[in-house]
Amino acid sequence: MKKKLSVLLACLLVFTLALAGCQDTASDEGTTNEGTTNEGTTNENTNSENTSNENNETNEPEEGGALSGTVNTDGSTSMADVMAALTEAFKEIQPDITVNYNGSGSGAGIEGAMSGTCDIGLSSRELSEEETGAGAVANVVAKDGVAIVVNPENGVSDLTVEQIASIFKGEVTNWSELGGSDAPIAVFGREAGSGTRSAFEEIVGVEDACAYTNEYSSTGDIIGNVASNPNAIGYASLSAVDDTVKAVMVNGVECNEDTVRDGSYEIQRPFVMVTMEGTELSDAAQAFLEYAMSPEAADIIASAGVVAAN
Amino acid sequence: MNESATPVQEGGKKPRSRNLLERPMQAVFTVCGFIAIAFVLLITVYLIISGLPAIREIGLWDFLFGTRWASTHKTDPAYGILPFILTSIYGTAGAILIGVPIGFFTAVYLAKVAPPRVAGVIRTAVDLLAGIPSVVYGLVGMMVLVPAIRETFDLAAGDSLLAAIIVLAVMILPSIISVSETALLAVPREYEEASLALGATELETYFRVSAPAAKSGIAAAVVLGVGRAIGEAMAILMVAGNVANMPSLFSSVRFLTTAIASEMSYASVGSLQRNALYSIGLVLFLFIMCINVVLNLFLKRDKEK
Repeated sequence: MKKKLSVLLACLLVFTLALAGCQDTASDEGTTNEGTTNEGTTNENTNSENTSNENNETNEPEEGGALSGTVNTDGSTSMADVMAALTEAFKEIQPDITVNYNGSGSGAGIEGAMSGTCDIGLSSRELSEEETGAGAVANVVAKDGVAIVVNPENGVSDLTVEQIASIFKGEVTNWSELGGSDAPIAVFGREAGSGTRSAFEEIVGVEDACAYTNEYSSTGDIIGNVASNPNAIGYASLSAVDDTVKAVMVNGVECNEDTVRDGSYEIQRPFVMVTMEGTELSDAAQAFLEYAMSPEAADIIASAGVVAAN
Repeated sequence: MNESATPVQEGGKKPRSRNLLERPMQAVFTVCGFIAIAFVLLITVYLIISGLPAIREIGLWDFLFGTRWASTHKTDPAYGILPFILTSIYGTAGAILIGVPIGFFTAVYLAKVAPPRVAGVIRTAVDLLAGIPSVVYGLVGMMVLVPAIRETFDLAAGDSLLAAIIVLAVMILPSIISVSETALLAVPREYEEASLALGATELETYFRVSAPAAKSGIAAAVVLGVGRAIGEAMAILMVAGNVANMPSLFSSVRFLTTAIASEMSYASVGSLQRNALYSIGLVLFLFIMCINVVLNLFLKRDKEK
């Protein structure tokens, strides 16, 4: 009797969890769509272009038509959303190709592409000279603004790049020096090796000079901790910024897709698909890469909160 | 006589079928036994092989006693892990300082004082505490403890050694309670009866007679707690702040475990950074080995008694 009851309870729990999960993702998708598409028309465009692309593919038998196989991608955790969107859309065009994504970090992704452990490496920073010298090829898929986030209670809403640099270097330690309330500044950053961190430090010019109060190993941790700490300042991908934190203006320019695309927002980085020179991609991987670089994928990429490069 | 004779006869009748089953099963068990040894050896050898190159490159002294860790610094990288070692030691010591008294008193209460029904409830709670995944401890610490510390001590951020110590203290409670309770329950009833008969009060008896009689078991509990605290990564990753500062109670710190956990995913293969992380693993491994040796000493002494 007891056993039956507990089994029943367990089932009920699992069921409610599953329901909650569904609702969550549904509402999330709702908000991202609203947030990223300023006009409802963009969404429709996505659909029409999608279908036309499908037709193109099926109409060209010389390309092999429907391909099949597996594409293994590995790398930047910042690119998870973009990859999810691209994979889903690509599935409709090439249903027999499975695209796997493994978020292990930009360094590991570039390494994977160069050593051949994955088909396409994903990097959320530009390749270093060493890496390109060793034969790594950068295919820029999108541009991502690195937003500077503070707690919504914070009165400061506009900073210059110089001010941001001095905050992160630990030269300015109180919000009152920047026109805010009299409170110490808690400087939050990502761990050493993170793509977001190296992108931010490189762009702002504070490489290896940051005096972090705390280091976190994911973008979500940064957002969560900035949201719960009124003294905090941190950085995160534009796509990860939500209502719980406030993105400050940099040099008077708001951080949004338009300002990242036209280059007026200064703190931004590329999303790169890394391939190896001389290593031939499988047909499936080649098709996926071409799709990601194509103008047809631009709206899909935009739906993930970043700005398409092509 | 008759009874003992029968199995011999049976055995004599069909020795083949017995051997047929006995031999292979014996081999299976032997193999299973050796798998555990093989894994320990494999891990040890792997850690030594992958941990030594970085130590050789950095220098043992600079590695163990260097105070600056800047593994990804472009012009002037440094690989000193003294901050991590000290943080791990201070953090563990702090957790023991808070956790052991609470755990010990709880064990005394459970084993000697509490009415059976109350003891049952507490025991269930302790077992549940032991079963909570460390990431949940970290989450609660991050949502509740860290903001509380920030507000209480008026800091810029609450992530600190103090937060880690408190989380660790709670995490090691279950093992300390259950091991020292077992030790206390194993004290012969006669000791306590003799003490009570001599006119000592109950509490005097528990602390002057039972506890000293169970001291090696309680020591084992403490060492077990040390082992758990020093090896924990996930929970403290979420509350300690993870900056490679020299440890102080209210600043963000990085433990040996969290140093590996937070940098491993981004360290490129073959780089000195990655090798140094393996070396940290080796140091941590040696720490745990020492703790295990000490634990075995206590347990052995317990048995010899």
